[in-house]
Amino acid sequence: MEKEILAEIKDLSVTYPTRIGSVSAVDHVNFNIYKGEILGLVGESGCGKSTLGKALLRMIDPPGEISNGKIVFRGENIMEYDYNHLRDFRGRHVSMIFQDPMTSLNPVQRVDEHLIETIQVHEPQTKEDSALQRSKVMIERLGIGIERLYSYPHQLSGGMRQRVMTGIGLILNADLIIADEATTSLDVIVEAKLADQLREIRDEFGVSLLLITHNIALVAEMADRIAVMYAGHLVEIGDIYKIFEEPKHPYTQGLLASVPNIRFDTNEHLYKMPGEPPNLTHPPLGCRFHPRCPHAMPICSQREPLLVEIEEGWSVHCWLYQEQSS
Amino acid sequence: MSSSLKKFLVTRILLTIPMVLIMITLVFFIMRVLPGDPIRSQLGPRVSEEQADRLRERLGLNDPILVQYGNYLKDMLTFNFGNALTRGERPIREELGEKLPATLELSIPAMLIAVALGIGLGAFSAKNRKKPVDYGIRLFSIFIYSIPIFFLGLIFQIIFGVRLNLLPLSGRMDPILLTTFESKTNFYIIDSILSQNWAALKSTLLHLILPSLTLGLSLTGVFIRLTRVNMIEMIKSDFITAGRARGISETQLIYKHSLRNTFIPILTMIGLQMALLIAGAVLTETTFSWPGMGRYLVDRIALRDYTAVQSTIGVFAFFVAIISLVMDILYALVDPRIRY
Repeated sequence: MEKEILAEIKDLSVTYPTRIGSVSAVDHVNFNIYKGEILGLVGESGCGKSTLGKALLRMIDPPGEISNGKIVFRGENIMEYDYNHLRDFRGRHVSMIFQDPMTSLNPVQRVDEHLIETIQVHEPQTKEDSALQRSKVMIERLGIGIERLYSYPHQLSGGMRQRVMTGIGLILNADLIIADEATTSLDVIVEAKLADQLREIRDEFGVSLLLITHNIALVAEMADRIAVMYAGHLVEIGDIYKIFEEPKHPYTQGLLASVPNIRFDTNEHLYKMPGEPPNLTHPPLGCRFHPRCPHAMPICSQREPLLVEIEEGWSVHCWLYQEQSS
Repeated sequence: MSSSLKKFLVTRILLTIPMVLIMITLVFFIMRVLPGDPIRSQLGPRVSEEQADRLRERLGLNDPILVQYGNYLKDMLTFNFGNALTRGERPIREELGEKLPATLELSIPAMLIAVALGIGLGAFSAKNRKKPVDYGIRLFSIFIYSIPIFFLGLIFQIIFGVRLNLLPLSGRMDPILLTTFESKTNFYIIDSILSQNWAALKSTLLHLILPSLTLGLSLTGVFIRLTRVNMIEMIKSDFITAGRARGISETQLIYKHSLRNTFIPILTMIGLQMALLIAGAVLTETTFSWPGMGRYLVDRIALRDYTAVQSTIGVFAFFVAIISLVMDILYALVDPRIRY
């Protein structure tokens, strides 16, 4: 089946100037997001996955900036949008759920006010009562009691707040929801429920989901495809089953081997990846992973590999899988 | 109104009573400890001790101090206040009835200026953080905060009153108009509107500009800095980022989402600044010959007019207590997280 492309991220770089030189938190990243898929974006803290998520909304805080590349969303390059166009794009086409549900709702606004405001920001002609009606439908759809509509954020539990955030994200029928560590601060049971619900929402609304997380288990549970980032580079992307079965990139291999297993009968020790992620003000030459890579070759420290497709829909950013002459 | 709020209010009001009581007791004893007395300050050193003593006897100043204190408390609690000891021994109620409206007519606009200007400039400064306009506003806030209030008043008088000759220098109304002006409430604005005396209203408003601006500006600096600092914190918070991500404009994020969350510390500050406002009112009234409580207080302290001073400070204490009570109630209205 030919999958319909929702967003193309082309050669995207995000740089932050610092006193000791500029840092490229996201470095020439290329990938697509397909309609209706759940794409898991994983990597260690500081690998640039959250920055990438924010960049998709062009919400990089100054002095950081998108220094290269473009984001094509439904055929339109959003890098060309002016402020008002961009503002309308945020929330209407792409919405975002953040890590901390305790602080991502305005503490002095009720749930209904959040929802109605979001509708009216994008559809100024919508009357308050019809916006309220839609909010009610959405809230009920998400399994939150109608009476919660008139609650303030502090009166809701963490899981419920994340569902409210999800509802805000969905109220305008967004095409893509970026969940930036959205389940991280929840306890496992609530997390599982929210994950379930997100999947249901995908099935029902046909929305795409970009799941930014360091929780590999969650990605395994939910995602259709997985993208792995390391030090600002996208190192591997492809079908979740294939990559979990046989990860190609040495970093992905190490990452998957580091996931704890809940079975009691294993006596294996967890794999510990040697070394530390690099300092991005002075990233290693060539492949940024080579100082920690068990398969490092001479060329790895000299030239950066390309992200090459090793089979359909499966790309790896590693010298092991490409001709060194290329 | 929820029952918990009612309970809070009752406790809060009950707590206000000992507060005011301690205040007026302190004033009573401090006045007695001060050197000098109302008799000598009025009659001067040439009057014989016998005559002075007769006056003391008549005014009840020869009674044991505890009897005086008892009488004083009785007067205060019945809001009767007794008679002044100097300047014609008029009933204090009558005197304060003239002075209090004058002070309120000065301080309310001053507070409004301070709050509106302070919050407006502070928010604007936060929005344009690290731009030249931000530095300008911050410099202005420090300048205005550190300049002595009477000095600011004098500068205004020189510029607008003397040099430009735009605004009157002192008083509450043109003296010629005042001779025919009939005042019922002693709030000149209200009186002139009620009697449809537009010339008087215009004169009152013109007279109000410089003093209220002086008093208001002296408090503006605090509000600018407080609003700015809190707004900058607020702008960094997650719900602002989340709001931006759902397409809310920067202007709305600043002036609606951040500002409302900033009101809580601002309300606290308004309550605290009331005390400063009163201190400022004393200086402003003196500078602009404004016939209010402040000038009255300064005058009567010099005369050691015990009852007048005690009553004036009692009224001030009462107002400060009321304002802080109102602020506590407003917190709950602004911030749904606060429940009493």
